Amino acid sequence: MTMTEPIIQINSMKKMYELGGETVKALKGVTLDIQKGDFISIIGPSGSGKSTFMNMIGCLDRPDSGKYLLDGEEVGKMKNSQLTAIRNEKIGFIFQNFNLISKLTAVENVELPLIYRGMKTAERRKIALEALEKVGLVDRANHLPTQLSGGQQQRVAIARALAGHPPILLADEPTGALDSETSRGILEMINSLNEQGHTIILITHDLEVAKQASRVVRIHDGQLYESGGEWFADNQNGTKEY
Amino acid sequence: MQTIRMALKSIKGNKVRAILTMLGIIIGVSSVIVMVAIGQGSTKEVQDQIGSLGTNVLTVSVSGSDITFKEDDANQIQDVNGVEAIAPTVSGRVTVKNGQTNAQVSMIGTISSYLNIRDLQLQSGRFIADLDHENHSKVAVLGSDTAENLFGLADSVGESVQVNGTAYKVVGVLESVGSSLGTSGDSTIIVPLSTGQRLATTTDIGSVYVKVENEDMIDFTSRFIEQTMYSIVGDADSYSVSSQKDLMETASSVNETMTFMLGGSAAISLIVGGIGIMNIMLVSVSERTKEIGIRKAIGAKRGNILLQFLIESIVLSSLGGVIGVGIGVISAQIFTLATGTTIAYSVPVMLLSFAFSLVVGVVFGVFPANKASKLDPIQALRYE
Repeated sequence: MTMTEPIIQINSMKKMYELGGETVKALKGVTLDIQKGDFISIIGPSGSGKSTFMNMIGCLDRPDSGKYLLDGEEVGKMKNSQLTAIRNEKIGFIFQNFNLISKLTAVENVELPLIYRGMKTAERRKIALEALEKVGLVDRANHLPTQLSGGQQQRVAIARALAGHPPILLADEPTGALDSETSRGILEMINSLNEQGHTIILITHDLEVAKQASRVVRIHDGQLYESGGEWFADNQNGTKEY
Repeated sequence: MQTIRMALKSIKGNKVRAILTMLGIIIGVSSVIVMVAIGQGSTKEVQDQIGSLGTNVLTVSVSGSDITFKEDDANQIQDVNGVEAIAPTVSGRVTVKNGQTNAQVSMIGTISSYLNIRDLQLQSGRFIADLDHENHSKVAVLGSDTAENLFGLADSVGESVQVNGTAYKVVGVLESVGSSLGTSGDSTIIVPLSTGQRLATTTDIGSVYVKVENEDMIDFTSRFIEQTMYSIVGDADSYSVSSQKDLMETASSVNETMTFMLGGSAAISLIVGGIGIMNIMLVSVSERTKEIGIRKAIGAKRGNILLQFLIESIVLSSLGGVIGVGIGVISAQIFTLATGTTIAYSVPVMLLSFAFSLVVGVVFGVFPANKASKLDPIQALRYE
């Protein structure tokens, strides 16, 4: 696996921001490589810099310094419009609260990333239905999000993330708004997507969820710690929820 | 195309608000159309009427109260170079009565040439004859409205009417000449000049209608008549000589000013409507912050968002414009049916007000759309 070029290469990434007149060092030099086909969890409590890191990986924000190579492209210095195009092509977002557009039907929501690629209607519809088929919701294609259960909404969101065939799926607390049984279903689906070859980055504060991944990385106080046995050991009988 | 569909969808999603938003534009556009239709209608009516009097007629009016202008003085105008015929008149208001029915009408006392000079047509009977004037005959020619008021549909020729309490024999009825600006030209009664002077209790002449021989020379003839009038009256402020063209120009300019003012005040309401659209669009942007965040996160560029909101505001305003044109035409039609006032639709004004509503949509849509497009996706996604 290490023979191929990593799909994500992050090198001493730093990010600061102003918060109420104070400068907060959210990321203090983070280095991380992610291989194609990896399933990696990033776990950390709130205030750890986890959200900032996710925004960086998701190309929603730019680092102050450091390198970020995504699929061979240096995105750290890109302009907003370029970042938007990168997000559209390279990253499939799965959010905690699904973030479907409530006025659009399931299939229209799935079509969204394709619309912004300028794809024609018929082709777009075909790909969107294929993606819905993958998550087993073709029969709900014309339902509005409000007519779907939480689990179904998250599956529509996954279909939306899959529709553009991005090399990376970025899931931010995908089970955060779901009950435990539905969560299990969603995590199984994410697992099987990984088995089909999708690279998955899962961001969570829940150790149980994080353990689904083949590789777990802890973020704390703006720094990354590759999961060793020692960290898990520390937390075995302590706080499970981190 | 896709963006337009999205805009329509989002408008459909909130129909009541969309209609309320459009209301300003609808009212603006329809009032522009109604106001201009009424204004131009009355301009056209006045012009038609004045034009129908003939452009070869001059009106000499005597207005001074302390001067005397008798029939003999008026007859001097007949001798002016270029004058074909004259009709001295005296006018006043009288009460006419037939049995129980009575009406206030305007009385004109004149001579036989009046019919030809004013280009009037008889419906039935005959006009005032020279002999009637010489004999001070109590005969009358009725305007079409007067005849209808007093006699209904029955033929009134040969009947008698009471004018200010005295019996007059009806010898003829005029064809309708229409009305202008609320005054009817048909609520009249025409009597011989000598009889009219008695009714108006004056021996003076109020005005003289002059038909000129050559229409092209009307300005010269007008000048000659003024000289003659000055030599008779001796006071330049007490009389005026005007052609139908002068009247038409005055009437038109008054009407144009009126149309302009009506249209202008309606245009202001269009701008107010535009501000209403901007208001709603701003609310819509902040309501849909999350949606904008989602769209931006999954690949909507600034231009996509800008276009989406701009098109939404343009669709709102142009839809309002179309509905406004429709309502404007319908209400102008209702207005003319209800009041009988002539209206004139102006296609350029309709297109202009529609175009204006489009422009309003663009101008007042740019600010909210730009605001939406500039939202930071991270902040927008976090927005609840």
